[in-house]
Amino acid sequence: MTLNRRHFLGATAAGAAALSAPMVMGGSHSKPRVVVVGGGAGGATAARYINKDSGGEIDVTLIEPTRRYYTCFFSNLYIGGFQEMEDLGHGYGNLASQGVNVVHDWAVGIDRDAKTVALAGGGSVPYDKLILSPGIDFVDGSVPGWDLSAQNAMPHAYKAGSQTELLKAQIMAMPEGGTFAMIAPPNPYRCPPGPYERISMVAHALKANNPTAKILVVDPKPKFSKQGLFEEGWNNHYGGMIERIGPDFGGENFTVDPAAMTVDIDGSVENVDVCNVIPAMKAGRICEMAGITDGNWAPVNAADMSSKMDADIHVLGDASAQGDMPKSGFSANSQAKVCANAVRGALTGSRVFPAKFSNTCWSLIDTDDGVKVGATYEATDEKIAKVDGFISQTGEDAALRKATYEESLGWYSGITADMLG
Amino acid sequence: MKHLKFSLLAAMVWALPAMAADDFGNAENGAEIFDECSGCHELGQGAENGIGPHLNGIFGRKAAGIDGFTYSESLTRAGNDGLVWDLEKLGYYIENPQIFASGTRMSYDGLEDPQERADLLAFLRIYSDNPQNIPEAAPTAIAAALEVRLPPDILEIQGDSEYGEYLSSECLTCHRADGAAEGIPSITFWPEEDFVIAMHAYKRKLRPHPVMQMMAGRLNNEEIAALAAYFAELEE
Ligand SMILES: Cc1cc2nc3c(=O)[nH]c(=O)nc-3n(C[C@H](O)[C@H](O)[C@H](O)COP(=O)(O)OP(=O)(O)OC[C@H]3O[C@@H](n4cnc5c(N)ncnc54)[C@H](O)[C@@H]3O)c2cc1C
Ligand code: HEC
Ligand code: HEC
Repeated sequence: MTLNRRHFLGATAAGAAALSAPMVMGGSHSKPRVVVVGGGAGGATAARYINKDSGGEIDVTLIEPTRRYYTCFFSNLYIGGFQEMEDLGHGYGNLASQGVNVVHDWAVGIDRDAKTVALAGGGSVPYDKLILSPGIDFVDGSVPGWDLSAQNAMPHAYKAGSQTELLKAQIMAMPEGGTFAMIAPPNPYRCPPGPYERISMVAHALKANNPTAKILVVDPKPKFSKQGLFEEGWNNHYGGMIERIGPDFGGENFTVDPAAMTVDIDGSVENVDVCNVIPAMKAGRICEMAGITDGNWAPVNAADMSSKMDADIHVLGDASAQGDMPKSGFSANSQAKVCANAVRGALTGSRVFPAKFSNTCWSLIDTDDGVKVGATYEATDEKIAKVDGFISQTGEDAALRKATYEESLGWYSGITADMLG
Repeated sequence: MKHLKFSLLAAMVWALPAMAADDFGNAENGAEIFDECSGCHELGQGAENGIGPHLNGIFGRKAAGIDGFTYSESLTRAGNDGLVWDLEKLGYYIENPQIFASGTRMSYDGLEDPQERADLLAFLRIYSDNPQNIPEAAPTAIAAALEVRLPPDILEIQGDSEYGEYLSSECLTCHRADGAAEGIPSITFWPEEDFVIAMHAYKRKLRPHPVMQMMAGRLNNEEIAALAAYFAELEE
């Protein structure tokens, strides 16, 4: 643990925070206060459950800069033409009307001694329990030649919204027979099947509009999630269009040049028309600022998702290092409920039940060809540990694959209602 | 084949003392019991769909597998998930149709007596393509299939609905609390008993769906009762 526990984004923000009164929200001071940073899959769920289940006994503040949350989940389906971007955006109006104090701002610093969160717009918010679910940021320098300033030339589209729209527009504008390249991320990263579902959806879009185009995946990992299922599907639906270069063939050794639109793979330079760079990932920066990270992620106790470095801070979702669960929206939502139950118990003495976690990730390979993988988990002293799991099988019949896809639509409707009310 | 039949017989004598010597049930008795079904189901040459689908070739047939018959959504789902009718599954279904398809359109209370089920199945079997290959299920499975009703003590557990509320949060990632079914069925407003039967059917891996088998698989009897109690009172 660092000596100085004040970790601020910059001198200006720190100054502003120190000067202004800690009174962003009104409300009585006698009530326990929970502050949630990040209104995504983990944070929105935690805010909603604590607010709903405490029946007004706890003040809940949610700090989230964007007014509409665009889900990363299903954003690949937008690229494939199966979803409209509009339908992937969700507002915070229901949470606010149910009593959550929604503050649209960035958290820029956390003072763990004073127990306050500083906001970019000035002011700070006091907490008894703090929940951080800020998702991911990218590791600088993990893709040589690329940094965030190049995200318009070579989009990551790994935070949904304008990046996703940009990537799709670039794909639709590719010259006939052109090349789409993806730099796939190293482990661990959000949504293990995500890059490969994306490849499927890009192939689906190109097959209809630009059937002689090529797809090149540069991948530093020897294997990837649902590999057998994806490769079977690519073969069946998009034969010959997709080439993946794994570490055996130089997939670990690459640089990109966003100005020239080239990718250098193990010394051989490819001209590409679209390049989707998905860099290595780490916990959203606010975790680092709070001083609760170890390496790239924030380690937590499995039983209640509390930080291993500070018992009054809980970390959910992608940002946490928790053990066996994949970084997914489903996982973040599941962890949020365990955390909500524990936080409520600690603050109001309500019953605390044993932690149970689960996850299922669906992926769409082509029209009506859905696959899934899932597991259940429990809390052990060291980590969240897997209990039981399943995965779709290769060679399943079309009716089952269609049913699996339809189920994923049901899940999307379920989880978004469960997060945002 | 002879050998198999012999060992089957040996394993089942205790469960089915009165069965015909050369089979697991008495098809002649079964023909009479079929009167309970014949109002809705046709069987034999020229059988057509009526209120229920025709039952020719039912052994080995995919559930909800007759084109042109309009099945309930739940039985259709079970068929898509991979439910195929064999002796074991038919035994369960006839004992209580709700076990595979909650809210099924087959409004039939179920045949409680194991002997009657065995006789009826022996009769139905005659109208399937390869009766000599039936039963394929292991003897223990057959014995289990004929003795399927959930023990009453499981149905009588008073669920702790506060615990149920906590457990339910795990379900609501997929099943909507407002009961809307947009690709995943609604589980709100159910009679508790139907809920418990459905969950145990997943837990025992009778219903084929892998997600639900996994979710139910780690719930104990009290937890299932707690969920049933909570979802039954969820009504706003
Ligand atoms: C292409 C793609 C496909 C995916 N598909 C699936 C899928 O099918 N199923 C699935 O389960 N998961 C999927 N995921 C993964 C899923 O999106 C993430 O795992 C999930 O969103 C993680 O939730 P979270 O709460 O950790 O972070 P997020 O949902 O990213 O939420 C973080 C929020 O915190 C806010 N924030 C960040 N920093 C601050 C700060 N300093 N102050 C205030 N607010 C801040 C952000 O604005 C953001 O709204 C996919 C991801 C991608 C990229
Ligand atoms: C009141 C009418 C009715 C009665 C009585 C009835 N059934 Fe059914 N049965 C149906 C209907 C309707 C379905 C379709 C159910 C669904 O879609 O969920 C069905 C479905 C079935 C199926 C599944 C068929 C398939 O294609 O998957 C079997 C097997 C079956 N019944 C056997 C029986 C037997 C044996 C009896 C007598 C013990 C019986 N039923 C009594 C109406 C009836
Ligand atoms: C990952 C998504 C998911 C989760 C989580 C989930 N379910 Fe399900 N559930 C489904 C799907 C999909 C079906 C349809 C299954 C089928 O085809 O048999 C289903 C079916 C059911 C059914 C039978 C519905 C019917 O009409 O026959 C019940 C009851 C049920 N679930 C209860 C639960 C309970 C209780 C939980 C929480 C402990 C839960 N489910 C968690 C996806 C889920």
